[in-house]
Amino acid sequence: MSAAEEVVTETSAVEAVPKRAMTLGYGTSLVVLALLLLVPLVVKNFIIFQMTMLLIYGLAVLALNILTGGSGQFSLGQSAFYAIGAYTSAILMEQYNVNYALTLPIAGIICFGAGFLFGQPALRLSGVYLALATFALATAMPQLLKLGFFEKWTGGVQGLVVTKPDAPFGLPISQDMWLYYFTLVITLAIYIFSVNLLKSRSGRAFMAIRDNEIAASAMGIDVALYKTLAFGVSAGITGVAGGLGAIAVQFVAPDSYTITLAISLFLGMVVGGVGWLPGSIVGSAFIIFVPNIAEGISKGLSGAVFGVLLFLVIFLVPHGARQVAIVGQQLAGKFRKN
Amino acid sequence: MHSSQQRRIAVLATAVLILTSGAAFAQKKYDTGASDTEIKIGNIIPYSGPASAYGVIGKTEEAYFNKINAEGGINGRKITFISYDDAYSPPKAVEQARKLVESDNVLLIFNSLGTPSNSAIEKYMNAKRVPQLFVATGASKWNDPKDFPWTMGWQPSYQTEAHIYAAYVLKEKPAGKIAVLFQNDDFGKDYVKGLKDGLGPKASMIVAEESYETSEPSIDDHIVKLKTAGADVFISVATPKFAAQAIKRASEIDWHPLQIVVNVSSSVGAVMMPAGFENSQGILSANYAKDAGDPQWADDPGMKKFIDFLAQYYPEGNKLDAATVFGYGAAQTLVEVLKQCGDDLTRDNVMKQAASLKDFQPDTLLPGIKINTSASDYAPIKELQMMRFKGEKWDLFGDIMNGELTH
Repeated sequence: MSAAEEVVTETSAVEAVPKRAMTLGYGTSLVVLALLLLVPLVVKNFIIFQMTMLLIYGLAVLALNILTGGSGQFSLGQSAFYAIGAYTSAILMEQYNVNYALTLPIAGIICFGAGFLFGQPALRLSGVYLALATFALATAMPQLLKLGFFEKWTGGVQGLVVTKPDAPFGLPISQDMWLYYFTLVITLAIYIFSVNLLKSRSGRAFMAIRDNEIAASAMGIDVALYKTLAFGVSAGITGVAGGLGAIAVQFVAPDSYTITLAISLFLGMVVGGVGWLPGSIVGSAFIIFVPNIAEGISKGLSGAVFGVLLFLVIFLVPHGARQVAIVGQQLAGKFRKN
Repeated sequence: MHSSQQRRIAVLATAVLILTSGAAFAQKKYDTGASDTEIKIGNIIPYSGPASAYGVIGKTEEAYFNKINAEGGINGRKITFISYDDAYSPPKAVEQARKLVESDNVLLIFNSLGTPSNSAIEKYMNAKRVPQLFVATGASKWNDPKDFPWTMGWQPSYQTEAHIYAAYVLKEKPAGKIAVLFQNDDFGKDYVKGLKDGLGPKASMIVAEESYETSEPSIDDHIVKLKTAGADVFISVATPKFAAQAIKRASEIDWHPLQIVVNVSSSVGAVMMPAGFENSQGILSANYAKDAGDPQWADDPGMKKFIDFLAQYYPEGNKLDAATVFGYGAAQTLVEVLKQCGDDLTRDNVMKQAASLKDFQPDTLLPGIKINTSASDYAPIKELQMMRFKGEKWDLFGDIMNGELTH
């Protein structure tokens, strides 16, 4: 059996998701949007902060979803790109007095570059091997940030404190609320961009590669280019999320971006449903709130409780929130017929 | 005439009455988190994640406040202790701190653990003007009342401890050649800075410095290098596993300098025993708390109280775990501050009282070590006593030493 045959017979690592099933219906989208717009007006600042983090991690999960759900490549190294984005924003804001809003595109571009470059060697790897290579990146990142050579900029192990921006034009809203709406606008823009990207020629190329690499290249798709491009786009979005995260948390330190973060993002993607973009926000909610719930159940065994909850989710709804949404839609359909 | 005088007296009496009742009313002052019946205290500790061993501190503190409540509370008020897990992650610490302050409405956050986590919330706490009291980290940055008047440390800082070693070496081995092994992180670097500051103009006594990463499986090579530098004083700024390796290796290559290990690695069970008692004789360190495993404190009234407390309120706690001793001492200091606050439980007054502790001695501190703070001194514990390893335990010797620099 030749190597090529082996690859052909190998089942694809990520289940094929038709692109129609990648988004939400119009009605549901509007309801979600209305909730995201209105809820912050009536809740406490602390909840607004949590919702901001929800959007930020949602973006990072979305980025991973494009990579894994879209182009079928695994990554356990998203925390590294998130860290690069966060540090880019923090350093530009604190050391060079750049406006916070301007730091985000810069963070995105730098991370796009980093992701694209990392995508080159990653081309030779697939499946679990790629996951391991990215894992190495995530493990190395906190130590790289501690290096004495960069300490002038990164603040070394002590990290950097970031100033939270006030609302512009003298708007009478709190810093938290401003940052939330600022984040919401960026998140929506990136979400719409991502949906369109996956519907475009490039998106079809990603999915063709995901479903069968050899068939894709036979159809004339430049596999190497699109694979690295997927890495770049994913890293770029993660970088923007990292930059926003640094502004929201007001602090960056190497210990904030350990492998735990990368695994959390991966987990968020699986729980939200691989390849289902709206699931990103559900996945993000899972990684933010479920540890709190677990802690509420048992402080000493919070890790074990979290594990049990995660196991239940994977066991009962292996396709994550997407599965729940589909079942919900079918039920709603039946209801309408009756 | 008579009636007008009476009236005057009556007016005067009413005035006095109004004044005094006003004073009585003014005596009871509360900020969010305090009331006639309750004081809400927040706390952030890594119960999960890489530093989860420190979770014991939070549990000990909870048990201690249960004891205080069972004994009637503080000035009649019960303590509600809300402790959250941050898994040693700074962003999570920010989330938990905001939850405590904005959602649980605590009066203050007490003994939050870890340098990165506390750095992450320091700015927020100071902007919100909520006390971040007695943080559980050894970094020296917490003693900065000018810039961060709402943040205060508790334990002696790493630099303070390093100053004491520097002073000892200067006195005992003025012509010594010092070799330093340190962990390449904030912990290690803080000590090295403290050592150099402490040696002052004689910092050139340090003839060799070697740093190691916690990811290294063994630090044998570093020890060999330090020996070749011809040093006769060896200061080992290492965490327990590596400190034990260093002691063993030095002995194996027949290098017998005056060896100092830092306080975090002075555990008999975790360092001296694995390194071998025969290799550990004569090693020096410093301490500020009593060791519950040391028989010399068997009849000590303070330690007896501590052990009774563990038995009654936290039976699963291990008295040999330094974390229980630490949590007990920190909680006791907070209770003292809240007692001093009386009925004025405003955040302002909490900081004011925390900054006016005079010769306070928690049960678990070494005799002679007292907590003193002032508006310009936010470092509660700054004294330690040197100790020498002999047989299978540490012998304290010399005077209580103050780590503040004199030169």
